[in-house]
Amino acid sequence: MFSYTIRRLLMLIPVLFGMTFIVFFMIRAIPGDPAQVILGQLATEEAINSLRAELGLDQPWFTQYFEYLKQLFTLDLGESLRTKTEVSEEIWPYLAATFELSFVALIIAVVVGVNAGIISAWFQKSWFDYTAMVVALVGVSMPIFWLGLMEQWMFSVQLDWLPPSKRENVKNPVETITHFYLIDTLIQGRMDQFIDVVKHLIMPGIALATIPMAIIARITRSSMLEVMRSDYIRTARAKGQKMFWVVYKHSLKNAVIPVLTVIGLQTGLLLGGAILTETIFSWPGIGRYIYNAIEFRDYPVIQSGILIVATIFVMINLIVDLLYALIDPRIKYN
Amino acid sequence: MKKKSLFLSLVFIFILGIALVGCSTSTTENPPEQGETNDNNEETNDDQNQQSEDSSSESTLVFGRGADSVDLDPALVTDGESIKVTLNIYDTLVKYGDLDTSIEPSLATDWTTSDDGLTYTFNLREGVKFHDGTDFNAEAVVYNFERWANGDKSSFYYYSSMFGGFKGDEGHVIQEVKAVDELTVEFTLSRPQAPFLQNVAMPPFGIASPTALEEYGESFTENPVGTGPFVFQEWKRNDRIVLVKNENYWMEGYPKLESVIFVSIPDNATRLNELIAGEIDIADGVSPNDNTRVEEESDLQLFVRPSMNVGYLGLTNTRPPFDNKLVRQALNHAVDKEGIIAAFYSGQAVPAKNPLPPVIAGYNDDIDPYPYDLERAKELLAEAGYADGFEMELWAMPVPRPYMPDGQKVAEVIQNSFAQIGVSAKIVSYEWATYLEKARNGEADAFLLGWTGDNGDADNFMYVLLDKDNIGSNNYAYYSNDQLHDILIDAQSNPDQAKREELYKQAQEIIHEDAPWIPLVHSTPILGGKNNIKDFFAHPTGSQSLTKVYFE
Repeated sequence: MFSYTIRRLLMLIPVLFGMTFIVFFMIRAIPGDPAQVILGQLATEEAINSLRAELGLDQPWFTQYFEYLKQLFTLDLGESLRTKTEVSEEIWPYLAATFELSFVALIIAVVVGVNAGIISAWFQKSWFDYTAMVVALVGVSMPIFWLGLMEQWMFSVQLDWLPPSKRENVKNPVETITHFYLIDTLIQGRMDQFIDVVKHLIMPGIALATIPMAIIARITRSSMLEVMRSDYIRTARAKGQKMFWVVYKHSLKNAVIPVLTVIGLQTGLLLGGAILTETIFSWPGIGRYIYNAIEFRDYPVIQSGILIVATIFVMINLIVDLLYALIDPRIKYN
Repeated sequence: MKKKSLFLSLVFIFILGIALVGCSTSTTENPPEQGETNDNNEETNDDQNQQSEDSSSESTLVFGRGADSVDLDPALVTDGESIKVTLNIYDTLVKYGDLDTSIEPSLATDWTTSDDGLTYTFNLREGVKFHDGTDFNAEAVVYNFERWANGDKSSFYYYSSMFGGFKGDEGHVIQEVKAVDELTVEFTLSRPQAPFLQNVAMPPFGIASPTALEEYGESFTENPVGTGPFVFQEWKRNDRIVLVKNENYWMEGYPKLESVIFVSIPDNATRLNELIAGEIDIADGVSPNDNTRVEEESDLQLFVRPSMNVGYLGLTNTRPPFDNKLVRQALNHAVDKEGIIAAFYSGQAVPAKNPLPPVIAGYNDDIDPYPYDLERAKELLAEAGYADGFEMELWAMPVPRPYMPDGQKVAEVIQNSFAQIGVSAKIVSYEWATYLEKARNGEADAFLLGWTGDNGDADNFMYVLLDKDNIGSNNYAYYSNDQLHDILIDAQSNPDQAKREELYKQAQEIIHEDAPWIPLVHSTPILGGKNNIKDFFAHPTGSQSLTKVYFE
């Protein structure tokens, strides 16, 4: 197990190396020159050239790539071309915002998705089963844009229960410590703000959770159905065990592996792919951070941002793989 | 047993998370240290906190807008979102009227112009201090103008564009800026510049504290210090900018608000929802089709920004067949502007016949617009030798602009009319920065674009957008006409306003005949706000001072 973990971690190196290569060249393939974008519409040719030289953009690509790798080896993520701040310094608040939202979305997706899947399998072909699966189908194909705006219209405009967007009440802002607002407000004992932060999390959390929730529900259902047809379940029921225990203890444990795989993949997607939700809900997260950087051709930010998200993605999947072995003793890594 | 190990691994993940957090706590924002006024700032901070606890928010204005600022040093920026904020931190020597671009005193109380138009003498306001406590005086003005004039070429675009380059450049207008005494500044120009005062009043020429400029160096743009009505307090990039009242503002009794918070809400519909839900006080950039939603709410009002823009379809004059004047005129006949306005602007626009919006002095109302007449268009095409039409690319911008809320749909309407005269147009779009760059390189056949005036002078439209000097910059259409060039240069330096207007009218006739664009609309952008907001003036330049705003 330990050696497996080490091996997997070592495998990260070529993966990330390939990642840097792809990202580096992909963003340079986008038309548009950072110097031009930074200087704006009115810039002269001369000004652009001098800024290009200053940013090292006039160097040949391999020199630039080599410089970039050299930087990375010293754990230097580079300096934003736009804000002139170290990327490692300014990226955390955005990451934290995305983590917090993804965490909430993940909880919603897993709790609702897994349970809906289980109940659907348990009462297969019941009205609940049909309804849940139709809803799940709609959920998978739902445009987040539309869902987000509908949520806002319903819960903010019509009912006035929840704030439409943003992370906090800007008139009563959270004092940041960890940049996880749920934690920050608790540490400071500001219950009013804690509730406010929770309220701000609900709608984007649900919007972001919809697709993973639907996928998880469908996978859980089919995986459960398979397990529940097996002999040992019939035995357990024949022994007169309560249905609840048969389902949640005996079946779920064997059905959970594919579900876990999906959860792992979806978590990665939540972190990287929240850009639509972040836009609709004015969420200052990593997706918008990178998106804005693309608009400004802020190469260091794009490179480092994508690299970090990719690293997290790979790490989550590693953790999921390790969890397999913990949950299912038949899976062994040697 | 196994459950335990699962639990342990979850704990491990949690600890890992906390460790990450631990690593980064040292990187939380540095509060702006502002020398002597630091104490003041803290006081206002406390005041503000107390107020929010009392939940009396009626002295805080939350201004929702589509994007964050790029920089807070006004001399560096070109984007409206930056200027909306800096305008409230800095003052200029003279400023625009509340709702027009007439010139009013600001940091200068009065001024005189020599008869030859080469010397401007400004008398400065007494007793004004920068937010960091530095005295405002003639030296400070000289310091700022010297800073811009010596600009390295990679910054200060507006300075170079408005005053003909930098020190040493042939066209540089400002020869010398001299402090005559403590409160008198004298500008000597190398040639008369008719819109000189209009230019000096532009927000990019806000006077910054020399002490702060030296202290912060490159990071000044994140620690802005001016003399304006509001003091900078906090900037969370991509999220919000907080300004608090300047207690010592020179305008007696102003500003009325205690603080202003600019929040970025990128989605138009979300921004409107925020306004209706009461989370923000003003929503910038309301989609024209949503104006009824604002009107339906009894506690909301609409602010209409007087139109000082133009949306157009540029025809790249160097690309065949658009190098043929007849083709350009034919296409001018083939666009139903009224229809476009009715469909996509909810009537919040007027059709354009000139590049210049009607509010600007020098607008030529005698021009007969090309009527929407497909038959005439076909005739002209036949005359040009394109009786069977041709194929072209029609570029549509990917983002909503004040002068064009939905480029894609406008393009579809134009595509449809073009098809009826045999011109088959393919709609093309790129991400915004790419779009601008490719269009500037002359890669488009025809492209939707627009312009919002900076200073209310005709020069800012005609010369900037259509003179041959600006090919490769804002003359995206690659339109070049020597006769027009002479007129525009003459109008630029002629101190006689009546004569200038005459010249611009003449220029519009030439442009109408040459038809380098299809001028489409002059739109009136709308904002939504709470009903109890008073004295909010939506300025035609797109950026307004919030000095006088208050809640009733």
